[in-house]
Amino acid sequence: MAETPQRPVAHARPLSPHMTIYRWPVTMMTSITHRATGTGLSIGAVILAWWLVCISNGPEGWQSFHAIWDTPLGLLLLFGLTWSLVYHFLNGVRHLAWDMGYGFDKRDAERNSVIIFALSILGALAIFAAVWTGHAGYLQ
Amino acid sequence: MSTAQTPLHKVRGMGSSHSGTGHFWHERVTAVALIPLSLWFLYVMLGLAGTSEVTALQFLAHPWNALLMGAFVCFSLWHAYLGLQVVVDDYAHAAGAKISLMLLIRFSVIATGATCLFAIVRIAAL
Repeated sequence: MAETPQRPVAHARPLSPHMTIYRWPVTMMTSITHRATGTGLSIGAVILAWWLVCISNGPEGWQSFHAIWDTPLGLLLLFGLTWSLVYHFLNGVRHLAWDMGYGFDKRDAERNSVIIFALSILGALAIFAAVWTGHAGYLQ
Repeated sequence: MSTAQTPLHKVRGMGSSHSGTGHFWHERVTAVALIPLSLWFLYVMLGLAGTSEVTALQFLAHPWNALLMGAFVCFSLWHAYLGLQVVVDDYAHAAGAKISLMLLIRFSVIATGATCLFAIVRIAAL
């Protein structure tokens, strides 16, 4: 932390180069992505509220939701949210495993990071593929 | 050994941090609850994709589905609140900014949750 707000810094002290100079390990990427997807999903909760309110408003509400979200930009955002949910779910399970003491070995942690990135992308693609190939809508 | 701590303070054992492992523990409890609830939510979203509002209304009007959706909303927002608190703690260093952001997040989470629950009850009552 370069600055403490409680105590104004009299002289700018030299800092060792940190964030910008080192290669990003993949475990750092998964950690930051977990936080970013979690923040994104918090915004997704607002869209869930929007969807539920629209359903409670009957046919016009349903139409109004689809008019905004069933568009290229809307679907792109929904794909991002879908991937975020799959990623945060998988990496969340890994967090729970860490809490129990598993998966801390450096090689395991790096391999699992790559697996989680790959699985989350495949999972999100599979979910959208299921919709587009007519495998969704089974609750009708 | 003499100590300045009151017996109550000693019993609580939280020191100058003012809080113990409560935040960590609640984050984990909500995470565990969200494992089955998220899978159920995904099953519902896929099942309703490409259907009509009649299907969605009928599905969500069922008591079990209304309860599960309510539980998903509550646990998600509780988990989101705890997670966003960590983000604010890490990046907002000034006390004023920290308190303002936390109040904003708390009010937003409560407003979102209340809206969801109201909509779920309204769907069930339609």
